[in-house]
Amino acid sequence: MTLIQDSGADARPVAEGHVRLTIDGQVVDAPRGELLIRACERLGIVVPRFCDHPLLDPSGACRQCLVEVEMGGRPMPKPQASCTMTVADGMVVKTQHTSPVADKAQAGVMELLLINHPLDCPICDKGGECPLQNQAMTSGRTESRFVETKRTFPKPLPISTQVLLDRERCVLCQRCTRFSEQIGGDPFIELLERGADQQVGVAQDTPFQSYFSGNTIQICPVGALTSAAYRFRSRPFNLASSAGVCEHCSSGCAQRVDTRRGTVLRRLAGNDPEVNEEWNCDKGRFAFRYLGSKERITRPMVRGADGVLAETSWTEALSVAAQGLAAAREAGIGVLAGGRLTVEDAYAYGKFARIAAGTNDVDFRARPHSTEELEFLAAHVAGQGPETLDYARLEAAPAVLCVAFEPEEESPIVFLRLRKAARKHGQKVFHLGQWSTPSVLRTATELGVAEPAARDNLVPAVPGAEAAVLRDLPAHVVEALTGGGPGSAGVILVGERAAEVPGLYSAVSAMAARTGAVVGWVPRRAGERGALDAGAAPTLLPGGRPVSDPDARAEMESVWGLAPGALSEVPGRDTDEILTAASIGELAALVVGGLDPHDLADPAAALAGLREVGFLVSLELHSSAVTDLADVVLPVAPDAQRAGSYLNWEGRAREFGPALDASGVLADCRVLDTLAVEMDVDLFTQTPAAAAGEFARLGRRAGSVPAPSVPAVEPLRPGFGQAVLATWRQLVDGSTLAVDEPALAGTARPAVVRLNAATAERLGVAPGEPATVRTERGAITLPVVLTDLPDGVVWLPGNSDGSRVRTVLGAGHGDLVGVTR
Amino acid sequence: MMFDDLTRERTREIISRYPQSRSALLPLLHLVQSVEGHVSQDGIRYCAAALDLTTAEVSAVATFYTMYKRTPCGEHLVSVCTNTLCAALGGDEIYGRLSAKLGVGHEETAGEPGSTGSITLEHAECLAACDMAPVVQVNYEFYDNQTVSSAETLVDALARGEKPHPTRGAPLTDLRTASLELAGVFPGLETSVAGPSVSDETLRGARLASDRGWRAPSMPDAPPAFPPLPEKKP
Amino acid sequence: MSAPTGPDPLTPVLTRRWQSPRSWSLSTYEQLEGYQGLRHAFTAHPDQLVALVKESGLRGRGGAGFPTGMKWGFIPQGATGPGAKPKYLVVNADESEPGTCKDIPTMMADPHSLVEGCIITSYAIRANFCAIYIRGEALHPMRRVRHAVEEAYRAGYLGKDILGSGFDLDVVVHAGAGAYICGEETALLDSLEGRRGQPRLKPPFPATSGLYASPTVVNNVETIASVPAIVLGGSDWFRSMGTEKSPGPKIYSVSGHVEAPGQYEAPLGITLRQLLELAGGMKDGIPLKFWTPGGSSTPLLTAEHLDVPLDFEGATAAGSMLGTTAVQVFNETVSVPWAVMKWTEFYKHESCGKCTPCREGTYWLVGILQRMVQGEGTPTDVETLLDICDNVLGRSFCALGDGATSPITSAIQYFRQEFLDLCATQPAVASEVEPAGAMA
Repeated sequence: MTLIQDSGADARPVAEGHVRLTIDGQVVDAPRGELLIRACERLGIVVPRFCDHPLLDPSGACRQCLVEVEMGGRPMPKPQASCTMTVADGMVVKTQHTSPVADKAQAGVMELLLINHPLDCPICDKGGECPLQNQAMTSGRTESRFVETKRTFPKPLPISTQVLLDRERCVLCQRCTRFSEQIGGDPFIELLERGADQQVGVAQDTPFQSYFSGNTIQICPVGALTSAAYRFRSRPFNLASSAGVCEHCSSGCAQRVDTRRGTVLRRLAGNDPEVNEEWNCDKGRFAFRYLGSKERITRPMVRGADGVLAETSWTEALSVAAQGLAAAREAGIGVLAGGRLTVEDAYAYGKFARIAAGTNDVDFRARPHSTEELEFLAAHVAGQGPETLDYARLEAAPAVLCVAFEPEEESPIVFLRLRKAARKHGQKVFHLGQWSTPSVLRTATELGVAEPAARDNLVPAVPGAEAAVLRDLPAHVVEALTGGGPGSAGVILVGERAAEVPGLYSAVSAMAARTGAVVGWVPRRAGERGALDAGAAPTLLPGGRPVSDPDARAEMESVWGLAPGALSEVPGRDTDEILTAASIGELAALVVGGLDPHDLADPAAALAGLREVGFLVSLELHSSAVTDLADVVLPVAPDAQRAGSYLNWEGRAREFGPALDASGVLADCRVLDTLAVEMDVDLFTQTPAAAAGEFARLGRRAGSVPAPSVPAVEPLRPGFGQAVLATWRQLVDGSTLAVDEPALAGTARPAVVRLNAATAERLGVAPGEPATVRTERGAITLPVVLTDLPDGVVWLPGNSDGSRVRTVLGAGHGDLVGVTR
Repeated sequence: MMFDDLTRERTREIISRYPQSRSALLPLLHLVQSVEGHVSQDGIRYCAAALDLTTAEVSAVATFYTMYKRTPCGEHLVSVCTNTLCAALGGDEIYGRLSAKLGVGHEETAGEPGSTGSITLEHAECLAACDMAPVVQVNYEFYDNQTVSSAETLVDALARGEKPHPTRGAPLTDLRTASLELAGVFPGLETSVAGPSVSDETLRGARLASDRGWRAPSMPDAPPAFPPLPEKKP
Repeated sequence: MSAPTGPDPLTPVLTRRWQSPRSWSLSTYEQLEGYQGLRHAFTAHPDQLVALVKESGLRGRGGAGFPTGMKWGFIPQGATGPGAKPKYLVVNADESEPGTCKDIPTMMADPHSLVEGCIITSYAIRANFCAIYIRGEALHPMRRVRHAVEEAYRAGYLGKDILGSGFDLDVVVHAGAGAYICGEETALLDSLEGRRGQPRLKPPFPATSGLYASPTVVNNVETIASVPAIVLGGSDWFRSMGTEKSPGPKIYSVSGHVEAPGQYEAPLGITLRQLLELAGGMKDGIPLKFWTPGGSSTPLLTAEHLDVPLDFEGATAAGSMLGTTAVQVFNETVSVPWAVMKWTEFYKHESCGKCTPCREGTYWLVGILQRMVQGEGTPTDVETLLDICDNVLGRSFCALGDGATSPITSAIQYFRQEFLDLCATQPAVASEVEPAGAMA
């Protein structure tokens, strides 16, 4: 209802769902339900606060934000916490700027916060960026009246390998504990004791083992929580900050990169409400020392006649590489781009393959993959952008089905958004998977404050049977996904592991068609989504244009200034096929970006291809299994020393600039451009900006591509002493870019063998005892944890310490393995 | 792990009383205290597993409430009220004398914890028996109108392994049995419930009224009619 | 404020069965009108019971005096919307306010009146689950209530289809674990949900989002135990005791320096002078110095307040609060600063820690008061105490912080000189003087 105020200036009607109030004499309209402190912010009035955080449920604990409030002309008897009181029509609010009562109340709380706070700002990490320090400097007393003894605690207390707690500095605002309970859903950090003895802490037997714990350091309004890796490293005012984008997964987090004298000292979550809100995961926050790893390659290298790689000049290395590739062009060159590239680099790899190498033998997939997958991606993903499905749509969906996708491990910010939707809007989040993982448990709809979450959101499937289970999905899941019809249908998120299950991508496609659900593809790596659109794929040109489409080829030939018919109409080979071809001499040379053969379905076969190929050029950051075999190694720039962009899983462009001085290091696209020039071809990708500009001008394909229709297969049946393997990677594991981060590594989930009680009994293994999972290639031995897996299934983490599944077992998700005591 | 089948059965029964399982946490902490004489890390893990909570969540609760003891306790817990009124009437002196006598301070135990006659001493906040101040509790049974000497006599008897009868309460057992009852498990309730509960102080007003013939106004012979059903709001 | 003229000085209603042998047993209770109120209540529509309690003017006996019928009326009813959620009755038996000792004798002597009140109240608000949250240190009362509940189940007063009414009710007796703050209703609810007993934000109020985020009534033991008598006697009968705005009988717990401390059930509005007469006067004839009308959180009063009517309005008008009618009487031998220090130590110990003013304020106040009592205070400390209290009162999350300031501000109001005298016994700067060791 609209109320017309008698004041002439405010005669305009109040919008539906809004109220009109007065704050410090200014009339303001505010949406119903808005907190006073937010309404103040919109007017530019800063009310001091410590416990308040816009993404956490209101608490009202610190009492710093007290203001005076009048309702219906009557002042409320006590000052009110503006972080918990909502706006109301006709309310008159007076902050510290206009109310002596509010000012005195705030000064009183400030004094009380400081009586037990140590005067150690000069040695505190937070000093210089500390809300408490700032507030004390602005409105605190100059002299303390407190002459009693301050409360002391031993300090610092490590609550995990990466977070240190200083209880003396803590103002008990509960931001950290509320974060871990509400946002992360892993309440390993809690308030302990009571009253003046109250303190934040962890259980004696369990540290703060959360993938999101670093956020608590960032939102701590004092120096109580500090980073083990950053502690005492720098002062905030000595840091140079730049906006960045996280390179670790496809969530696409905005981040802030803080550097000093050519070194990245820390990374923080950037504030991007549309993507990561104000959070990031600990891998994104803490894993950046790979930049300075001793394995980092800084000079080009050429393998001499003695078989040893030797550093050389760029001129020499490029010349050797170009000669080798030119000589191999006739016989065939394969290009393996890897999944971690920026859009600009991926575009350059694709263009290099098509123009310089004259082939469609290019693939970005450095992991198990399938033809069905590429068909699915061509039909549902390539060329799509956030307008189809973005975080906001995902959050608003009534139901979400995760297929072969472990959100917390593979895309932590997608996980946080699902958890938020489940917690705040009752979104039903179903998981087609194997066991009640933390992702499953923490996205269950919470029925009541005291009720453990309802556990009906796992749709279990034996590895390999996912497609069949999806085709025969329980009715209530189908109903939830269908929602109220078009426009209110659910979302199906599918992860890269679907490529390991024949028929699964086809089943996702069919279920989407049946329910009207929107499909989202969430690859694990940051570069895959962009590489798909940039054309670093054997059947797709940039913009999702099919290689097989003559119009699309003609369009690309025109843009790239090629003669008509110059682009090959033969669909290229995929990664596995390229490596196989290389190993049998069908390809004479390979150009390889950031790729680890141990990530592929058959690492041994991949290594054979790399070993046997006639000529191998490697573009790399670090020494690797590929550089070990390469004829020419060309160093490339890490993200911190270049500009570029990723497409995150939504298809949203995530652009970033260099955080550090970039002189002397070259981006992949620049290296490829120069290499192509040496081969008498011009890619016009000499800078990321040039590559991005050309890519942007291309636009997307017109018309649709048919979805795959691969039938579901029967899962393998375990014989005596056998089980079907379920496996995927954990977020914090042996991944290349998390090297040299002991603090981060300390929070990795322990590597264990999981199976259910009946299967354990059948196989003769016992909980807590070691069990050995073996194939003819090798064996992995880890302690057993009983888990609600389907019968006959054993789970291993994919790439954790002691569990390098592909490398050691040569097996993957859905394969048969032996299990013994 | 020292939680036997009986404890597990009791755990299931306690959880089943509540619409939501987490409500059973306070009773379960009393239960583990009844088994171990304090809330140990094992006890915290046990409760966490039973209710699907993290050990941090259980620790947060266990450390909030004063009745959950973090170190092994004696056979008996002697609580002396030292809140203002009891203290003014001798409670502080009683606590001081018992502390000196036992050679222990707040929440410390004289004797080997758990052994017969071992005593954990604490000063307590108001125990809601102010008309019988100063008051002492042993295992939460009331010993009213104490003096320094009566409290010393009481503690001496406890130390000898005797179990003096409380002024108000059931025949004295030990802290673990009391903790079991606090968990809502009352073996022998028909007997324990009959322990004395009223004192002169409790009945003073009622007796005075009887003596003087004072009564509340008489109720009508039959209960009066109820007010009409309020009209439903539209 | 006119003194009630009709009823006798003492009006045993809640305490009327206490002298009977085995007053706590079902058989005694049934012989003395027990469960008659319930039978009558089942003849009414639940809303008529809410209306009856509203008309009776019954106000909450836990300290705040909120009209009970109004509280019940806030519970949303209906087959859809918020009324469709399960509703709960939670009985606050966490009696812990210093001086307060009425609910524990009630539960020990007459637990069935509480159980009967629970059934009638649950029927009125359509709750099928009721929890009685008893402070953990009250073990024997817990036995009595638990026993009464078991007897009631066996007799068909609890469980399914009670007395053929079609109404179902389960009652669980729940032990607290030692935390004064759990007497605050939202902290009690968190505690009952297996959490730290820290108060919740209001709104939402328990009436809409209480136990398990469902509509919940939280009432004190004495309140609920008053309900069966109101059903049997009617609102006019109930209002024949007490005053217009504070009707009914009330248990006054007289403790401290009087000849005959104990429980005295009188119409609301009785004065301390009358209570002292009933309690045999001041012990050993030593004159009254100060007293609390309803627990330590109610500002203390002095001998000049002997004729204040002890009802909700009278106590407030005298600058205090009725609270729990826990009348703690102190004679002239007691040092006011010492008493205040002891109470403040209590509030510091019981502060839940959630909010800054209460947690840090009580820490600081105790420090200053202990220093003053040790003779190391300064006159400035008195002003600092008052200013800290000003920064705590009305700034804390819940009423515990407010309560913590009551003894201090009221003590300084009436006994400022005693605080100053304490400072004068030592030099203002004590650094050159050996601390006195004799103070005990």
